[in-house]
Amino acid sequence: MAVAKLEQLAKSVVQGPTMATGAVPVKDWMDVSAIFKPGNYAYQAKQEKVEYLNSQKGLHFPNAREWSPEDDDWKLPENWKEIILKGLKERLDKFRSLKIFMDCCVRCGACADKCHFFLGTGDPKNMPVLRAELLRSIYRNDFTLGGKLLGKMAGAREMTVGVLKEWFMYSYQCTECRRCSVFCPYGIDTAEVTMMLRELLHLVGVGINWILEPVSNSNRTGNHMGLQPHTFKDNVDFLADDIENLTGIKTNHSFNRKGAEVLFITPSADVFAEPGLYTAMGYLMLFEHIGLDYTWSTYASEGGNFGLFTNNETMKKLNGKMYAEAKRLGVKYIIGGECGHMWRVVHQYMDTMNGPADFLEVPKSPMTGTTFHNAASTKMVHISEFTADLIKHGKLNLDKSRNAHVKATFHDSCNPARAMGLLDEPRYILDHVVDGWVEMPENTIREQTFCCGSGTGLNTDEIMELRMRSGLPRANAVKHVIDKHAVNMLSCVCAIDRATLTSLMNYWNPGCNVCGVSELVGNALIMEGENRQELTEGLRTLV
Amino acid sequence: MKYAFSFLAVIALILIAGLGSQIPGMQYLFGVVLPYLAIMLFVGGFVYRVMDWAKSPVPFSIPTTCGQGSSLDFIKQDKLECPTTTTEVAGRMFLEIFFFRSLFRNTKSEIHDGPKVTYESSKWLWLFALIFHYSFLVIVLRHMRFFLEPVPFVLSILEGVDSMLQIGQPAMYLTDVFILVGLLFLYGRRLITRHVKYISLNNDYFPLVLIFSIAVTGILMRYFLRTDIDIINIKNLAIGLVTFSPVIGAKIGAIFYIHLFLVCTLLAYFPFSKLMHMGGVFMSPTRNMANNSRSKRHINPWNDPEIKPHSYAGYEDEFREFMVDAGIPVEKELAAAEDKA
Repeated sequence: MAVAKLEQLAKSVVQGPTMATGAVPVKDWMDVSAIFKPGNYAYQAKQEKVEYLNSQKGLHFPNAREWSPEDDDWKLPENWKEIILKGLKERLDKFRSLKIFMDCCVRCGACADKCHFFLGTGDPKNMPVLRAELLRSIYRNDFTLGGKLLGKMAGAREMTVGVLKEWFMYSYQCTECRRCSVFCPYGIDTAEVTMMLRELLHLVGVGINWILEPVSNSNRTGNHMGLQPHTFKDNVDFLADDIENLTGIKTNHSFNRKGAEVLFITPSADVFAEPGLYTAMGYLMLFEHIGLDYTWSTYASEGGNFGLFTNNETMKKLNGKMYAEAKRLGVKYIIGGECGHMWRVVHQYMDTMNGPADFLEVPKSPMTGTTFHNAASTKMVHISEFTADLIKHGKLNLDKSRNAHVKATFHDSCNPARAMGLLDEPRYILDHVVDGWVEMPENTIREQTFCCGSGTGLNTDEIMELRMRSGLPRANAVKHVIDKHAVNMLSCVCAIDRATLTSLMNYWNPGCNVCGVSELVGNALIMEGENRQELTEGLRTLV
Repeated sequence: MKYAFSFLAVIALILIAGLGSQIPGMQYLFGVVLPYLAIMLFVGGFVYRVMDWAKSPVPFSIPTTCGQGSSLDFIKQDKLECPTTTTEVAGRMFLEIFFFRSLFRNTKSEIHDGPKVTYESSKWLWLFALIFHYSFLVIVLRHMRFFLEPVPFVLSILEGVDSMLQIGQPAMYLTDVFILVGLLFLYGRRLITRHVKYISLNNDYFPLVLIFSIAVTGILMRYFLRTDIDIINIKNLAIGLVTFSPVIGAKIGAIFYIHLFLVCTLLAYFPFSKLMHMGGVFMSPTRNMANNSRSKRHINPWNDPEIKPHSYAGYEDEFREFMVDAGIPVEKELAAAEDKA
């Protein structure tokens, strides 16, 4: 699917007759059906991936088959409607959030223009309120008195295949970024709604490959990329070689080593592709610099968790490896790399699902003696927390001028910002490793940050135009600081961001690069015994 | 159409009460039976709904953090936007419930040529929502004087403040004006703001029209149609209702019964509608939970211990050869593993 040219899309988002630009649809939303055509949906999951996952203990991914969203017949199970309604009932009983979010919305519309998908596509069903109404209308019909008595008059409608298709379309045009929930007077969180929709869809075998394939990979090989242990090790070793070439420092890293003090887990994307690679080099250098006794794991070689984008059972199963490996290796605690959705899982779900981690110790920095009380139960520390503490205690030998080629801004990733409250730690680090970095406009940062537009497993190429549209608010805020301050580097603490923002910048703001905060740390480190080349591009310098 | 329907519905209600209450003998129905029924539905329904919510557990700790969390001692926590303790959560909830904190953040986005996306602070909804809700609250409190004898001092103060401008006779209540203004705004934006109009349902227009009509009939009674309104008589009925010895005294005008019937409708409708946001706002997990899920384990009652990760043993069995080749430590050496097999 060819992506629209920049000039076309730049015009289309402003002038296109959409609800975001001033047009009003003529038809009631219930009368508009979802039409699938190339470019507006992520590919369906491959049969063998679904079969594999369904064969795994504790997981339920039924109805593996060949199908396409473009077909009229989705080959749903005979009793699909019963499955969906029963699934909904079950989830209403399991999640108070779902019940309350179904009941409390007053349709004030405050959320409408807070969604990056709405701003970029102008599709009214991308207003968070309407996305939720897609499910709420069914909920009313089958689970509320008003809906049962008054039907459509009370905003209720029958569950049909058409509704199911609409769910598929719009639950995969939401990145569960939670920006709407910041503005909602009742804290209604569309991420919860989208999660439920996706869980329900999986019950009848409707899912996308870009999520289920990484999930299968992660289950089997330990990481989304499907890197087998030797390959994973090779990749990290390559990065170490690069560091040696650039700085003359040989890093002392290990894999699956028992008795290490710390287990380090980061998204596998960091050891797989640019620009994440440079972030991983930053980690290697940082740990070398302070002489941390740590190990990588090939078994728990994935920080990210695409299970979060399928259902809670899968999220739990994939996440379980972190504690299992920490226990097997006998480490004291875990440090986690830069990743957005990984930290949603680690911060808000891990201890609940797979804890208590009573075989670990409350994390304590061996260099500074700081005890991380905020991770007293989970026993997992964010690399930015760990690094900020090192800087505060003067444990890092830093030279900002080594980042002289960088004029940075900082993108808060959705999950660390809105599901964790990790805002100032990376900023503190930036203050100490790079000169004169600047903030984007205030309505686009911190808890109001805009998603990269491709989170929750939507970072797939077949929906590139959608991604460029939904990434527009973020890209536009970056453009603002590029124009005003000549920013050339968008830093972040998220592996998906590093990949997706790169595409986004290439499209909307060519010339602006993307990096992890740890890359900038790596650039600035003065290593003991270094034999550093002239690195005009930091760790990216080709020598 | 939807907005028109809500008018029709309320007009029908007004006709029922206006005409019905004038039929001899029906005053007891409209003055006693229906109010009791409505109160029962309201209280019973409200309690039922809240209990029903409470029946579903909160499996995960999912607060939406809107500020810096508690972390290192040199990083300043935003205690009200990202609370860690129960007291801080209470503070956050207080701001949310009494000052509509989240709505206060509201912005309006626009896309201009370039493209350039802009965000402007937009506090109108917040302001008028606050005006409406507080006026409603004061009006409900003021009405307590009908049910209490003697009238408590605080209520007299409240009335004094509410009528402090001393306009007209009897003195005009500020909240009477404010609630109408608030309702007109809330209704008006449903007609004018295009995206709000598109999402609005009957369920959104109806309560606004209903409450507007309640306010208007109340105002008519107090300021304009006083001939049939014997306040002593009404108070006797009200006190009779709360002491479970209701009496319908001398004739009371139809406007009173209309007002009362609309209130009854609102009470009965309340628990089965979106108006339950009044209860829900207290129970929303994204707002009423502490952001302490890494320092204190949150328990999920239905957590399934049987869901275990793909085991390390299984992983090593599949990749042992590669691991040994690459010099990655293994639990079972190749020979040992083969012996077993």
